[in-house]
Amino acid sequence: MAETILIKNGRVIDPANNLDTISDILIEGGKIAKIGKNITAEASQYIDASNKIVLPGIVDMHVHLREPGREDKETIDSGSRAALKGGVTSVLAMPNTEPAIDSIQSIGILKEIIKRSAKIDVFISAAITLGRQGNQLVDMKALKDSGAIAITDDGASVEDEAIMYETLKMAKKEGLLVIAHCEDRELSAGGMVNAGFTATRMGLRGISKESEYLRVKRDIAIAEKANARLHIAHISCAESVEIIAKAKKRGAQVTCETAPHYFSLTEEAVLGYDTNMKMNPPLRGSSDRLAIVQGLSDGVIDAIASDHAPHTDNEKEIEFERAEFGVIGLETILAVSITELLVKGALDWSGLAEKLALNPARILGIDKGTLGIGRSADITIVLPQEEWLVEKKGFVSQSKNSPYIGKRLKGKVAYTIYSGMIAYSGISKNQAQEH
Amino acid sequence: MIEKAKILDKEALNRSLMRIAHEILEKNKGTQNLCLIGIRSRGACLAQRLGALILRIDQVMVPVGILDITLYRDDLTMIGSGPVVHKTEIDFDITGKNVVLIDDVLYTGRTVRAALDALIDFGRPKTIQLAVLIDRGHRELPIRADYVGKNIPTSKNEIVEVRLEETDGIDEVVIVGQDKPG
Amino acid sequence: MAWIRKDLLGLEDLSREEIELILTTAESFKEISTREIKKVPALRGKTVVNLFYEPSTRTRVSFEVAAKRLSADVINIATETSSVRKGETLIDTGKNIQALKADIIVVRHNCSGAATMLARHLDISVVNAGDGWHEHPTQALLDIFTLKEKFGRIAGLKVSIVGDIAHSRVARSNIWGLTKLGAEVTVCAPKMLIPEGIEKMGARVTYDIDEALKEAEAVNVLRMQFERDEKAAFPQQLEYFKQYGITTQRLKKAKKKIIVMHPGPINRGIEISSEIADGENSVILEQVTNGIAVRMGVLFLVAQARDNNGGNHTD
Repeated sequence: MAETILIKNGRVIDPANNLDTISDILIEGGKIAKIGKNITAEASQYIDASNKIVLPGIVDMHVHLREPGREDKETIDSGSRAALKGGVTSVLAMPNTEPAIDSIQSIGILKEIIKRSAKIDVFISAAITLGRQGNQLVDMKALKDSGAIAITDDGASVEDEAIMYETLKMAKKEGLLVIAHCEDRELSAGGMVNAGFTATRMGLRGISKESEYLRVKRDIAIAEKANARLHIAHISCAESVEIIAKAKKRGAQVTCETAPHYFSLTEEAVLGYDTNMKMNPPLRGSSDRLAIVQGLSDGVIDAIASDHAPHTDNEKEIEFERAEFGVIGLETILAVSITELLVKGALDWSGLAEKLALNPARILGIDKGTLGIGRSADITIVLPQEEWLVEKKGFVSQSKNSPYIGKRLKGKVAYTIYSGMIAYSGISKNQAQEH
Repeated sequence: MIEKAKILDKEALNRSLMRIAHEILEKNKGTQNLCLIGIRSRGACLAQRLGALILRIDQVMVPVGILDITLYRDDLTMIGSGPVVHKTEIDFDITGKNVVLIDDVLYTGRTVRAALDALIDFGRPKTIQLAVLIDRGHRELPIRADYVGKNIPTSKNEIVEVRLEETDGIDEVVIVGQDKPG
Repeated sequence: MAWIRKDLLGLEDLSREEIELILTTAESFKEISTREIKKVPALRGKTVVNLFYEPSTRTRVSFEVAAKRLSADVINIATETSSVRKGETLIDTGKNIQALKADIIVVRHNCSGAATMLARHLDISVVNAGDGWHEHPTQALLDIFTLKEKFGRIAGLKVSIVGDIAHSRVARSNIWGLTKLGAEVTVCAPKMLIPEGIEKMGARVTYDIDEALKEAEAVNVLRMQFERDEKAAFPQQLEYFKQYGITTQRLKKAKKKIIVMHPGPINRGIEISSEIADGENSVILEQVTNGIAVRMGVLFLVAQARDNNGGNHTD
């Protein structure tokens, strides 16, 4: 049963409608009914949003929910609860599950689980090739008809250029977004951390920036040849930003995302062999981090996505070389973005809402990411000044592999409203009374 | 901490050492089979001085060694600042010798206990005798000195400080104690 | 200064003063091995566990001798004989050893960072006996100890390290340690065996062996392991000896009194000729002797740091 909710006096940010103003929002029947000053209405719930920021619900376009197959790492239930805690109301689930989402059958299984246990909107991406093996293309039309909105072999790059070309052409025809994980395995094989001094002093094989940006360059070239749209996942280095900037300038239909760890952390963080700092692509140098921040503020980088990659302690509390790549991010994506980008002046609230909600929604072609009248009421209300300590025991996600454990972040989710219901409240009774 | 009293000045200290040197020669009937081993660090200085005095008296150079007992201490893990291990320098065989072990202050007896253990690892001396400049009492082990420069009754919260030119720039022995001795 | 670290994981972490403290402590320990009774009671009642995930006789034996000369009890665990093969994690194995009330774990592991990880999860002391390509601190310390004994100083000393730098933990620890003490370090190998960014550790790079030897006062010759997996990126064995092997011919162009070191075991005729290995410039066996003193010093320092809890001693 959808309620009537009246949000009072929040600073409402909606870049789609060029809105940044103190305003009220009335939610009725799960939809945004009214935005304006001094709305009076009979509501079942009132939210005092004074001194708070009211954002469109976050759209995280790169999330590994692990279900089906690796329910020990995460489930759609636990993952969506983690999302709500982080202010995320829509996600794009990555297809590298077990089995991979590469057929009508597996998509059917996934849809069944989503229907049963998702607490947010879980959008589906399918694999590009069967079993993500890079050899045989999936039946794009069938997968699209079954509900996939994007295709990706994330975790691996499509090695064969001809297959990539075919992929882009067919995906264009079917209206599917192609998301490229750009990594040349020939160059990165056995790599653990950023190549160069870091890898040398740690005694590990390096993952060079070339292995990323040369593939970014190749995939863009193929997309241009196919006259197709391409989205590049999790870029981590300055060269990738530069290549994408040039491609955009000459009119290529390319978009890209980065992840919070690439604009908040550098390779220095990995020196203590903390496996929660191990991800692919790896943390890069400080000039790369600055290039990512710059790319976000000047618009080359369209979106921020968490690349939420849960792994169990068994897979992380082992020798660095043997530990899995990846970190969780749903519960920290907003706070890290506020701490590193907003507080430091790289983005304002509208810019942040663009990267976290509006742009990913547009790239995915979904009706999300804005607070327009009549839209589904997915809203994240933030306490912008609240500082909190990230603790392992505080995570809702089934896995705890966060690189931010022990760090203080600014900005806390007060309420997450999904489809017109208060789905998460991060506000204590005391705080509620204070305002 | 305040300095309470000067027990020995330079002259008195030298007189005590001279007497001990004579006593050692008397008891051992000369320098035959005699050797001196000082416990680091002030015991080592005293051993050198006694060696020089014996040379003056008997015109014989007796072997002098230095013993570091850090590794033999029974309170190794209780020392606040972390002990620094120094070299032991005994470049002669002590088996069959009359060894005079030398330290500055005899107190609980634990240092001497450690030194005895260490010495026995080096060989089997005929006898081990003990010479100290100050005996301040409060023994915790059945150990007594064969040669004593001066007996000084002390309370446990006092500290006897032997200062030597080689290590401290001055020859003297003083008692220091807390403001309000208990 | 006092030693306060419970672990010894690498020389990168240590200050110059800490390295010097280990060296002077080791100096005092060296004499013990010359006694008839080569044993002091310093670690009596302590238990040292050698946890070795890689076959290594010499380092393991050296640690074992060192621990025994300090009167510690020593237990050796090698991969072949333990639950390691049944899939127990490194941390679980470490916690089990800790539960046995051992005091020090000496760990050798083929993964870089293994000792660091173990130390983070345990309260007892961890001494790194070599982790992957990362560090082998006691080897470097004994190399430096040997140099200091020979030259009386490290500051300003010209030391060349020749061989597979890329995959060598011995090279890394030596570079960190030597440069901290003010030595001038040159690394020399075929280009494919020089890792990216090594000069940022403070070493000069050359691919020319004669240049590396010309000014050197000491050369540390690394063991070449041609059996490694990346065959493609390795030079041919004979070709390597021809170009980089340390031979009498080659040393003729070096300083007459150049010291030749090798961490062992030696591959005669691969990285070094027998004539040199057994010759008068070689200090290879002295290194082995010094290894005992250095490891005694390290075991002693980490043991006393861990259970240091104050107290006084005025006798």
